[in-house]
Amino acid sequence: MLIYVLAYKLFRKEVFKIAELNQINRQGEPMIKKKSSLNSRIYQYRYLYLLTIPGLIYILIFKFVPMWGLLLAFKEYNFYTGILGSKWVGLKHFTDLFADPFFLIMLRNTIVINMLSLILFFPLPIIISLMLNEVRRAPFKRIMQSIIYLPHFLSWVVIVSLTFFMLSSNVGLVNKLLVTMNFQPVSFLTEKKFFWLLIVFQNIWKETGWGTILFLAAIAGIDVQLYEAAVMDGASRMKQIWHITLPSIRPTIVILLILRLGAIFDVGFEQVLLMANPLVRDVAEVFDTYAFTQGIQNGQMSLGIAVGFFKSLVGLTFVLSANYLAKKIGDEGIY
Amino acid sequence: MKGGDLLSFYKARHLTIGDYINYTLLIIVSLICIFPFIYVFSMSFTAPEVYVPLKFSLLPAKWSLESYKFILSSNSFINSLNSTLFITVVGTCLNLVFTFTAAYGLSKKAMPGHSLFMKAVVFTLVFNAGILPAYILVKNVGLLNSLWSLIIPGLTNAWSLIVVKSFMESIPPELEESARIDGCNEIGVFFRIIIPLSKASLAAFALFFAVGHWNTYFNAMIYLTDTKKWTLQVLIKSMIIDSGSVGFGGGGDETILPQETIKMAAIILSILPILVVYPFVQKYFAQGVMIGAIKG
Repeated sequence: MLIYVLAYKLFRKEVFKIAELNQINRQGEPMIKKKSSLNSRIYQYRYLYLLTIPGLIYILIFKFVPMWGLLLAFKEYNFYTGILGSKWVGLKHFTDLFADPFFLIMLRNTIVINMLSLILFFPLPIIISLMLNEVRRAPFKRIMQSIIYLPHFLSWVVIVSLTFFMLSSNVGLVNKLLVTMNFQPVSFLTEKKFFWLLIVFQNIWKETGWGTILFLAAIAGIDVQLYEAAVMDGASRMKQIWHITLPSIRPTIVILLILRLGAIFDVGFEQVLLMANPLVRDVAEVFDTYAFTQGIQNGQMSLGIAVGFFKSLVGLTFVLSANYLAKKIGDEGIY
Repeated sequence: MKGGDLLSFYKARHLTIGDYINYTLLIIVSLICIFPFIYVFSMSFTAPEVYVPLKFSLLPAKWSLESYKFILSSNSFINSLNSTLFITVVGTCLNLVFTFTAAYGLSKKAMPGHSLFMKAVVFTLVFNAGILPAYILVKNVGLLNSLWSLIIPGLTNAWSLIVVKSFMESIPPELEESARIDGCNEIGVFFRIIIPLSKASLAAFALFFAVGHWNTYFNAMIYLTDTKKWTLQVLIKSMIIDSGSVGFGGGGDETILPQETIKMAAIILSILPILVVYPFVQKYFAQGVMIGAIKG
C-alpha cells in the first residue's frame, strides 16, 4: 500500500519535472527530450540510487521508525506485550504531566537557563570576533583562534570534571584559595543558587570560541571600501566598528538570535545530567532529564516518552516559527 | 576587495592604546580558556598522597609520575581505551561513507524521489522521537550492550548531510559532464571526481565525527551494561563525577579508591589525542564550518 502511495507521489512530480527539464539544464543528467516513464528514469539513475540507498535506509530505520514508539505516549507500556500490545490510555500521561507541580518547575528551569544563556552568552562571540578582527598581527590572531576553539572539542564529561576540580568543596582549586586566604570554603556544586550560573558559564567556556567562526566569516565579507570611505571621513576605529561592522553583520546576528529563541526548549541534556545531583534537583531538572530518569531509570517508559514527545513538539513549533520569522526578515532560513 | 585586505590596509598604522587593550583582553580570554588544563596538567604530576591536604599552589609540591603509571597499567583504562578507539575509528569511517554517499544523492536534484528524500532529511533536523524510542529500537534490534550500538544509530545526521550536500553542489557540473562523456557512470564520477575534490570537507567531517565518537558518554552509559565495554568518558565519569569517596569498580578492575591526582592523570590522557590531532586539522574545520555557515 505504502509503495503505491509513494509511487503516486513520485509520479505526480515527474510530470512537472519533465516540463522543468526542458528549460533548465543543470544538476544531474543532460536534458531529456523525450517523455520517459518513472521506471526508466529509475533505471537511468540506478547507480545513483546504489550510492544513496544506504543513507536512505539508515534514516528510515533509525530516524523514522522510532517515531512509531511515540505511540507509547498514548499507551501504557507493558514490557511483555511490546508497543502494539500495550493498552491505550489516551491523553492520561499528558494530563498527569501538566497536573504535576513539578511540571512548572521544569518549565521554569528550562526557560531560566535559556534566558541567562541569551543574555550572558549570546553577545560574547560577537564581541570577541570584533576584537579578533581588530588584531593586526596575523600569527597572533591565529594562535588566539586555535586556543579559543579548543574547549568546543571537549566532552561534557571532561568539562564537568574540570569544573569539579576547580570548584569541589574539599579539593577544588577555588576553595583551596579561599581557605588559604582564611575564608570558609563554599560548596559551589551543591548549592542551588550557583547551579544556573555554572551551567551558563560552562556553556560560555565551551562554545564562545567556536561561535566566533560564524561572525568572523560574516565580517570577512564586508567590503573594504566602506572602511576606506569612513577613514577618509575621519572615523576612529570604534566609530568604524559601530557604524560599519556591526550593521553589516546585523542580519547574521538577528537570524542567529531568532534561531536561538527557536531552540528555547533545548537545554544541554548531557551537561545538565552530569551536573545534577539530588541536592540541586529543584533547579536542575528539565524535561529531557525527567524523561530520562522516569523512562530508563524508573522504568516508566510511557511517561518518559510522553514528556519527550511534548518537549519535541513544543520545540518543533518554536523552531518552525523562528525559521518563518527569519525568512520574513529577509534572508534565507536554514531551509 | 574583501575583508582579507583589511589587514594590509592597516599595516602601516602604528599600535594604539586601543590595540594594547585589545591584545590584553584577548590574552586574558585565551588564558581563561586554557587555565583549567594547565592547572590539571601540572597537578597531575604531583605525588598522589601529597595533593589533598595541599594548600593552594599552582606547581606540584612533589613531582611524581605515579598517577600516570597507575592509570596506564590499570585494566579499566586499557579496556575503555580499546572500546573508545574501536568506535572512533570504525565509527568515523562508516560516518564518512554514509554521509558522503547520501549527500551526493541529495545533491542531484534530477533524481526521482529527490524532493521526498530532502524533505525527510530536513524533517529529522527539527523533530526527533527522543531518547526513549531510540532506546526501544536499539533493544529490539538486539544491539544492547554491544559497541555497535554506539556506531549504527549515529551513522549520519541531517546537519552533516546538508552541509556536505551544499559543498557538493558547489563543484562545477562541467567536470561531471566531461567525465560522463568519457563513459563514467555516477559511481565513477563519485569516486574519481567528487571525492578527490572534497578533501577539505572530508577532513573537517572526519574530525567532527571522530571527536563526537571519542566524547561519547550518554549513549555508552545507557546501552552498555558490561563495564568492560565502557568507553573512556564513562570511565572518567564514574571516577570523577560519581562521588569520589565511593571509589570505582568498573572496567574490569576491583574497587579502587582513586586519588585526586589519578583522576587528573586520567583526564589529561583522555584529552591528549584530541590535543595532538588538533593542530593538524584546525585549518580544515574552519573552512568546513564556514561553508555551511555561508549557505545558511
